[in-house]
Amino acid sequence: MIEVNGISKSFLVSKRPPGLAHAVKSLFRREYTVVEALQNISFTIGSGEIVGYIGPNGAGKSTTIKTMSGILVPDSGTCSIMGYTPWKDRVSYVKNIGVVFGQRSQLWWDVPVLDSFELLRDIYRIPPLEYRSTLALLVETLDLQALLHTPVRQLSLGQRMRCEIAASLLHSPSLLFLDEPTIGLDAVSKIAVRQFIKTINEEKGVTVILTTHDMNDIEALASRLLLIGKGKLLYDGTVQGLRSRYGSKSGAAEASQLQQASASTSEQGHSTGSLSIEDIVVQMYKEYAL
Amino acid sequence: MTLYFKYMLLLFKAQMEYRASFLLLVLGQCLTPFTVFTGLYFMFERFGDMKGWSFYEVLLCFAVTHMAFSITECFARGFDMFSSLVVSGDFDRLLVRPRGTIIQVLGSKFEFSRVGRLLLGAGVLIWAIMNLDIAWSPLKITALVLMEASGVIIFASIFILCASFSFWTVQGLEIANILTDGGREMTQYPLSIYHRRIQQFFTFIIPFGCANYLPLQYILGREENPIYAFLPLAGLLFLVPCLLIWQIGVRRYRSTGS
Amino acid sequence: MIKPYYAVLRLRLSNGLQYRAAAYAGIGTQFFFGFIFIMVFEAFYAQTSAAAPQMSLSEVVAYCWLKQAFLAFIVLWLRDNELFQLITSGNIAYELCRPSGIYGLWYAKLLAQRLSSALLRCLPILLVSFFLPQPYRLELPPDFAAFLLFVCSLIIGLFLIVAISMLIYISVFITMSPAGSLLMFSVFGEFFAGMIIPVPLMPDWMQRIVYALPFHWTVDFPFRVYTGNISTLDARAGLLFQLLWLAALIFIGKIAMNKALRRVVVQGG
Repeated sequence: MIEVNGISKSFLVSKRPPGLAHAVKSLFRREYTVVEALQNISFTIGSGEIVGYIGPNGAGKSTTIKTMSGILVPDSGTCSIMGYTPWKDRVSYVKNIGVVFGQRSQLWWDVPVLDSFELLRDIYRIPPLEYRSTLALLVETLDLQALLHTPVRQLSLGQRMRCEIAASLLHSPSLLFLDEPTIGLDAVSKIAVRQFIKTINEEKGVTVILTTHDMNDIEALASRLLLIGKGKLLYDGTVQGLRSRYGSKSGAAEASQLQQASASTSEQGHSTGSLSIEDIVVQMYKEYAL
Repeated sequence: MTLYFKYMLLLFKAQMEYRASFLLLVLGQCLTPFTVFTGLYFMFERFGDMKGWSFYEVLLCFAVTHMAFSITECFARGFDMFSSLVVSGDFDRLLVRPRGTIIQVLGSKFEFSRVGRLLLGAGVLIWAIMNLDIAWSPLKITALVLMEASGVIIFASIFILCASFSFWTVQGLEIANILTDGGREMTQYPLSIYHRRIQQFFTFIIPFGCANYLPLQYILGREENPIYAFLPLAGLLFLVPCLLIWQIGVRRYRSTGS
Repeated sequence: MIKPYYAVLRLRLSNGLQYRAAAYAGIGTQFFFGFIFIMVFEAFYAQTSAAAPQMSLSEVVAYCWLKQAFLAFIVLWLRDNELFQLITSGNIAYELCRPSGIYGLWYAKLLAQRLSSALLRCLPILLVSFFLPQPYRLELPPDFAAFLLFVCSLIIGLFLIVAISMLIYISVFITMSPAGSLLMFSVFGEFFAGMIIPVPLMPDWMQRIVYALPFHWTVDFPFRVYTGNISTLDARAGLLFQLLWLAALIFIGKIAMNKALRRVVVQGG
């Protein structure tokens, strides 16, 4: 379904040191540095998978998502998703994908949720019959009935996120990008959102690519994990694979230190002596000096 | 086009959520040009004449410009506010939707309170026409309508042009005010009162003169050649390069993502 | 006491300097508008038949350039969104926990905002306009006394405009519409201040209204002191009036603010 092959992308970033003197100087001259946001990234994802995409801030996660959703054009490499090259046939391609940016809203702030949905119906040219049945299904699985007539500004963050996800599924995409869908949510909302992602994946067969900083999201949802750091793909495999690679043998001394340090604060995943996924990721970040 | 009206309806609903604020804004929008108008009135009372233009002739010019500007500000406000769309990253959102960028940006914002300025402009227009001795003919009426339409197109083109700049930088966009607010401030008076260079710039580069000053000469009977009545069509030509620059800007955005 | 305010100002300045393009663009824009305004006045003054107005063209030109250079000192529409949000969101309750008085704190904040944006822009505009060809050149004041009085009146005028701005922010407690409040105040305030046309060019009945209001002390008065259109003797008396108005406006502002805050506390934010 998705084939990414050797994608690279670099940006020019202007330097801006702090201080009044530098500020005056930069009035006249400005220095740039080249940032290699993505270096030769390749992977394939099959239909119906849920893939977790993780990495520290600035690692290149959102650049990858932007490239795959057709917003950005990469410097080199190829990408084929459902037969489309995302950045070439933007308009016809994006009909088939849904995107949720966790930190930004796609709903109109001051009007009831249903009005936003109806505008999206018109934007995506969804046939009325199909719209009605999809909406009915989403309302039922996400428990939205009570929210539909409320202006978005009056919704809680968790309620809003449910509506955001529903909004990105109205046109029945077969691929869904979720960029930090659980950010800022309380425990109950997080579990609800995870449950829902699982449901649509199982029932509608939607392929899901999800970025997050919350490892519990990954453990609950993703069987497969992509780890990116400094623009390079560092790990591609299952969560179990990661655990067996780091959990048991190598760096045992460091691992046990870590374990002891976190044992006092965290209680999960320590009963059998295996590391929690967060510890493993911390260890990986360390190993690659991220 | 239907989509455009759907956008409009939704945003109208949204603005009506704050009715008191909306009414205050409408009133303010009406009063802002009213103070300029009052200033103009006082100046004519003292000086009598402006380089050969009478009060009502200048008012006609004033009304046409303010009406065109208010219509553009109402409908093309999305381009006027476009830099914030880029800064907040919400332009990405538009790119993952299966529609053209122009219509989505147009639909991203409407400023209905501009109806205040429109009403004032219409009032001044009627007052000026009633006090001017014009031999109206179908061609002159056509010229007036074309002036209005052309003014809207030119202002909208400038909005699109200025919005395109934000693909390169979001700083220093204040300079765009020279073209938008500056264009309005300037063309509310007959172009002939300005320095020759400025006249040329605003006739041949940005065709405000074709939309406003030159057809006005025809309506007022200062020029007999009927070609003047159709000069506002030049405003359409200005839209073409602006749309082109917009497309280049979008392409750049998609390669730098900044 | 002064130190935190100085820190705010410094931060604002270095912040403002980072946006180099913004500074250039601002100056360029002000020049363009300055030329437009002057050319419009020039067109009127081309009428030789009219009776001699109370202000010469070169005085009007100086008036226009000073207006462009010190725009940040005199416009009412300069906004501080942080303060507006504080009021409309009801988060003002947190501000009440701070040890210093809100009126003073906000006053300093607004003052710093105006100072920093004017300091960056006024010098280049003034410098260039001193060397423009006639009739667009900005003439020097007639004598040193006029210049000194101008500086004093401009500074008091700045304090006055901030006191008036404070009233805008306080009015938002009632209207709950920052844009609406700002628009209404600035529409009338700027007309009465002489921003649209200089006060001496208005008809006599209008001048009488304008002189009864505080707004003209912020724009019309200092700029006409500069050009010598107001004599040094009248200017000295004017400074006194400016101070009286300043005291009155701050007094009114403080009372209004206390009333507004009490309402917030009663409603519980």
